[in-house]
Amino acid sequence: MSFRIEGRVWKYGDNVNTDVILPGKYLVITDPVELGRHAMEGVDRDFSRKVRRGDVIVGGRNFGCGSSREHAPLALKAVGVGAVVAESLARIFYRNAINLGLPALECRGVSGLVQEGDLIVVDVLRGEVRNPRTGRSLRITPLPEFIVSILRAGGLIPYLREHIDEW
Amino acid sequence: MGMTIAEKILARSSGRRTVSSGEIVKAKIDVAMMVDVTAPLAIRSMREMGRERVWDPERVIIVLDHLAPASSIAAAETHRTLRDFAKRQGIRGLYEVGEGICHQILPEKGHVRPGEVVVGADSHTCTHGAFGAFATGVGSMDMAAALATGKLWFRVPETVRVEIEGRLPEMVTPKDVILEVIGRIGADGATYKAVEFHGATVREMSIAGRMTLCNMAIEMGGKTGIIEADERTLEYLKGRTEAPLRPVRSDPDAEYSERFTFEVTGLEPRVAIPSSVDNVRAISEVEGREVDQVLIGSCTNGRLEDLEVAARILKGRKVHRGVRLLVTPASREVYLKALRSGVLEVLLRSGAVVTNPTCGACWGGHIGVLAPGEVCLSTSNRNFVGRMGSPEAEVYLASPATAAASAIRGAITDPREMVG
Repeated sequence: MSFRIEGRVWKYGDNVNTDVILPGKYLVITDPVELGRHAMEGVDRDFSRKVRRGDVIVGGRNFGCGSSREHAPLALKAVGVGAVVAESLARIFYRNAINLGLPALECRGVSGLVQEGDLIVVDVLRGEVRNPRTGRSLRITPLPEFIVSILRAGGLIPYLREHIDEW
Repeated sequence: MGMTIAEKILARSSGRRTVSSGEIVKAKIDVAMMVDVTAPLAIRSMREMGRERVWDPERVIIVLDHLAPASSIAAAETHRTLRDFAKRQGIRGLYEVGEGICHQILPEKGHVRPGEVVVGADSHTCTHGAFGAFATGVGSMDMAAALATGKLWFRVPETVRVEIEGRLPEMVTPKDVILEVIGRIGADGATYKAVEFHGATVREMSIAGRMTLCNMAIEMGGKTGIIEADERTLEYLKGRTEAPLRPVRSDPDAEYSERFTFEVTGLEPRVAIPSSVDNVRAISEVEGREVDQVLIGSCTNGRLEDLEVAARILKGRKVHRGVRLLVTPASREVYLKALRSGVLEVLLRSGAVVTNPTCGACWGGHIGVLAPGEVCLSTSNRNFVGRMGSPEAEVYLASPATAAASAIRGAITDPREMVG
């Protein structure tokens, strides 16, 4: 996975839950591409048509709260979302995203850093997000080394393929 | 430094004497549970991790509950795939369509024990903290790692201590208590944290009520809810599991990140209004709101005492014309007990539709999906936009008593007005 993501911003508010990221009626789908077509459908019907590869979701507090459905970050990743940066992330969504190799990052104040449609530069390893239009940047909450190693591998599947015996 | 219940369990399961919050540990999993909508991705991922067999078929539980009976061809295929998987892997703990909702089945069938680590590919797995276990919801890929290795990493959570004191008034239930707690702590107020429930009210509370409390820990972002196992817990588990029970208590000098105290003696029934679970109001503020559907059921409130309180209110009365009252017992055991005691007859005579045990209506899967513009009062756990069907429908969350009273009037009603 890429540790430097540069993309357009799609901005959402607080408590965006997994029922709106991927509505329940699609949970019988397992094909990522098909799931991607319904990404964010509960809050933004046209999201999957508008989003381009590498775009970044900027969320408020408690992004991804609710159900444990991995279908939610899987749909985001499949439709091309390069990273999710939020004021705070719900626990299960955070784990699911990291496990899928989708950087999910917490950054206090990110809602005020960018507007919808801005470009944002996310540098996972340097721990920074930047708005090139304003030149402002913010620190992201540092990721534990163990989480970085899962992301570096590209997610939990490739990580475990290599490290399963020491897990 | 003393330890909380979560710290003690994670220390034991990761082979350590002590752990403290913030550390990352690899814990041995005692029970790994998955359901029909999360298992397929978990199984695929396990194979992609390079493992063909689960680490211990005796510790893997599969419950067909979210789309039960199959609501579509795709759901039927999923169920068939899972049956085949269980058979080939030697997993005896596959619970068929109709057995019940996973979070009811797990303790009923003796799969939950105090002091153990339970992971489930369902966010309401925190329910099992009601038995003094460390129980938490995970996604399908974490489930795959658990299936493949029997271990999972956890960041040892900080613990929030919630003390609940006082005697609940008549028709005010554990559901009203937990809604009050969530309203105060907020939808993300316990994110990543364990929530320990203490206090006289909890000690006096039935197992069903304790499950309702822990069930909704996730609705404040919690990693798990936990209640110390006591005599009542051991009494419930007796005859359900043969494994030795080793209850874990928190140390008197355990460190808590926050403490909250609730006095519930004068508590009014509570309602969470659309579209966030922490949007909690006293019932007097929302009384009279008309409803199209009422659901009594789910892993939050589909147990015998929930059906009983509903029957007490509905006895000799009729569900309001034009309102659908759905009653979903949480398991076959609950269903049978409600059948034998006459509770189901009371509910059926009042006009209720009694469904098989399923998660169905709660998450908009099937059996009671809402049309645009409809309003549902539900005893379940989430009132998110689109949760129970159309994104233009509205969901209010309340207790089974409030649900029954509201079904009679066709509008949100204080259940205290219905008894006297």
